[in-house]
Amino acid sequence: MMIQWLWITALHVAPKWLESLVEQLFAALPVWLTSNLTPTDATDFIVWPLLQIGVMLLIVLTVVAYLTLAERKVSAWIQVRVGPNRTGPLGLLQPAADGIKLLIKEDVIPFKADKVVFTLAPIISMVCAFIVLAVLPYGPHYASITNINIGLLFILSVSSVGVLGIILGGWASNSKYPLLGALRSSAQMVSYEAAIGLTIVSALIFTRTFSMQGIVEAQRSLGVWFILFLFPSFIVFLVSAVAETNRAPFDLAEAESELVGGFHTEYSGFRFSIFFIAEYTNMVVVSAIAATLYLGGWYVPGMDWVAAQLPAAYREAALTLMGVTAFSIKCGAILYLFIWMRWTFPRYRYDQLMELGWKWLMPAALANIVLTATIFILGKELGLVRSVKGVLEMAWQGKVFFTVAGFLSLFPILALLNAINRNSRSFNLRAQRTTIPLSTRKVKLSPGVKPA
Amino acid sequence: MHTAIPLVTHHSETLFDAEEMVLSMGPQHPSTHGVLRVILKLDGERVVDLDCDIGYLHRGAEKIFENRLYPMIAPYFDRLDYIAAVSNGLLYVETVEKAMGIEVPPRAQYLRVILTELNRLSSHLLWLATHALDIGGFTVFLYAFREREEILKIFENFFGARLTCHAFRIGGMTYDAYPEFEAQVRAFCDLFPKRLEEYETLLNENRIWLGRTVGIGVISAEDAISLGLTGAPLRGSGVDYDVRKASPYECYADLDFDIPIGENGDTFDRYLVRMEEMRQSRRIILQALDRLPDGPVLGKVPKVIRVPAGEVYHSVEGPKGELGLYLVSDGGTKPYRLRMRPASFINLAALRKMAIGSLVSDVVAVIGSLDIVLGEIDR
Repeated sequence: MMIQWLWITALHVAPKWLESLVEQLFAALPVWLTSNLTPTDATDFIVWPLLQIGVMLLIVLTVVAYLTLAERKVSAWIQVRVGPNRTGPLGLLQPAADGIKLLIKEDVIPFKADKVVFTLAPIISMVCAFIVLAVLPYGPHYASITNINIGLLFILSVSSVGVLGIILGGWASNSKYPLLGALRSSAQMVSYEAAIGLTIVSALIFTRTFSMQGIVEAQRSLGVWFILFLFPSFIVFLVSAVAETNRAPFDLAEAESELVGGFHTEYSGFRFSIFFIAEYTNMVVVSAIAATLYLGGWYVPGMDWVAAQLPAAYREAALTLMGVTAFSIKCGAILYLFIWMRWTFPRYRYDQLMELGWKWLMPAALANIVLTATIFILGKELGLVRSVKGVLEMAWQGKVFFTVAGFLSLFPILALLNAINRNSRSFNLRAQRTTIPLSTRKVKLSPGVKPA
Repeated sequence: MHTAIPLVTHHSETLFDAEEMVLSMGPQHPSTHGVLRVILKLDGERVVDLDCDIGYLHRGAEKIFENRLYPMIAPYFDRLDYIAAVSNGLLYVETVEKAMGIEVPPRAQYLRVILTELNRLSSHLLWLATHALDIGGFTVFLYAFREREEILKIFENFFGARLTCHAFRIGGMTYDAYPEFEAQVRAFCDLFPKRLEEYETLLNENRIWLGRTVGIGVISAEDAISLGLTGAPLRGSGVDYDVRKASPYECYADLDFDIPIGENGDTFDRYLVRMEEMRQSRRIILQALDRLPDGPVLGKVPKVIRVPAGEVYHSVEGPKGELGLYLVSDGGTKPYRLRMRPASFINLAALRKMAIGSLVSDVVAVIGSLDIVLGEIDR
């Protein structure tokens, strides 16, 4: 309890203290240097964001480092092993040891590689993964770096540039396995970006905004999480998200049993670890988007009530603290799900992945847009929902209506998918696959034949 | 193995003006099970043609045999198929016993059967582990290794070695079972069915697993017979042939067990056949333990082993298929020629037929389902 109060006080006091510090600094600087800026502007637009960015980078890098440890620990529990436990207590220093190892390793650039692109590729991957962190709503007020009105579009566009890193890395290696990995990756990204984009559209019908903070606020003002209204969309998003982050069962671009290392076969040392960091950062980003869009972001029903019980001075700081905690827990849960999936499922094949993307997720997302829109208009006509200055208002009847309709819309979507997949040809046109039904087969037991 | 692919690309007659890519998969590759090199000719991801390049593990074993006394040859066999050392050792001692007409005491016969079947289990578990790993199921890999470890512990107690197990001697066994042997094997047999169910929960009805194995690497019964396939690849295609039944050796004729037969000859059927074989192996082990007679473990063997001049062929059902040994003797203390019929080598020949037209991922799955071991292929 003591520590929490200390935190709340610190969060509350820090901005004010910072402001006075900048004011003192301005008094000391020559006038021509500061003539176009007021001390408040400088704090708001330069000092405070830089501070936030620094803190955020530190936190995220630590989280990413420990995500690798979590991945190894969770996989160990799933596989009845112990996992890393030698470096530090409970293996807690393992990420540091890994980082140091990768840093001091020889940095090999293959003889025939395109050196410039080879160097550039991991940087593109990491930069794109990190830029997105700027618009994520970690919590209210000071806990998020910036809140731009096209946040969601920004994330989508930047993360599609991130794929370029993988493609370029595979291409520049001038080697066959990385090339195949890069090709797979590009095809995969094209199909899954589309599915993600489309499934987000149905969420936008309820959020009415692209701004990440706005999405959270929309859920806060309604007092519900959008997963209730948008369950089919959430599932499509989750599956596409796993594919988007190149993780098992969709880790085709780096399928180690087929393509050795896929796009990063030729990478070693710290360049490899940059790809690695980018991959895990993307995991964090994708889970943050899922948490924001469908699980209320930093909002938990009842948190406003709790904050209202506190003295007014601490209210905002307490809200921030609760928000950040809730957001971390939600992201952690989704990340755990990702790890769990990776260590449970075998790997899809290339054409099966395409099939899943174009014949399951894409139609599901499209059908969901139509259904959600229809449901929304129906709700509007019934007077269950009103839009006041871009913000939705609805009573409990409206919430119940949209929740029930959201879950019921699963059935028409499944019926559609069934129809599509029963009547269409396999993507693998020249496949050996015949019409063997995917039912459980059994072997015959024979007592054995003796030759005459 | 027969047609060499030129390592140059040329234009294929497809809709698009596409160039084919030649990809050398191996000898250092995570899923070619050792040092197999598969040269793939790819059109995009589709395999247009492929060729296997073997011999990276060639040790000249068959030539070495010609220069060793008969008892000295036995340990070399453990190093051919190092996954199934016991089966290989059994093949050799039985061939020499057959050539010399030595009677093996019943206790030794039963012990040999128990150990060979345990070895079949450990070999199949390793196959399951690597096959699942090739298809991306990493967890199954470690689960299977957990059970294999139990078997290897028994082997370590029995043979003093975990991998290159060696206790069979011409005429019987070098030593009898250790006191806790029976209890330990029984404990393992009690545990095993539950664990098998565990793997099947993860795989049998898993959509991804089915998608990756059903209809992949199909080979018809006729093709399987004409290629000379044996073991699970043959039985998966629906041919009822098992050396243990067709020409029983040791005490297999007294034991009651079934031979699992597939239907479609695809990767999934081979998987099902091997899974059922593990159940049957357990059944054999339990029966043999129940009937394990008392008595000596070593028969009457002359001090100096001389095989009478002539030719002998003997085969046993190894975990990978029919292991054959062709012994030509000139009546001396060393074989004139000892030629092995390695199951993996002949099964690998089917890879071309199975994998052409499929995708790179399928090649990996098919290699996994053939269950090859390069120590035996290259000798």
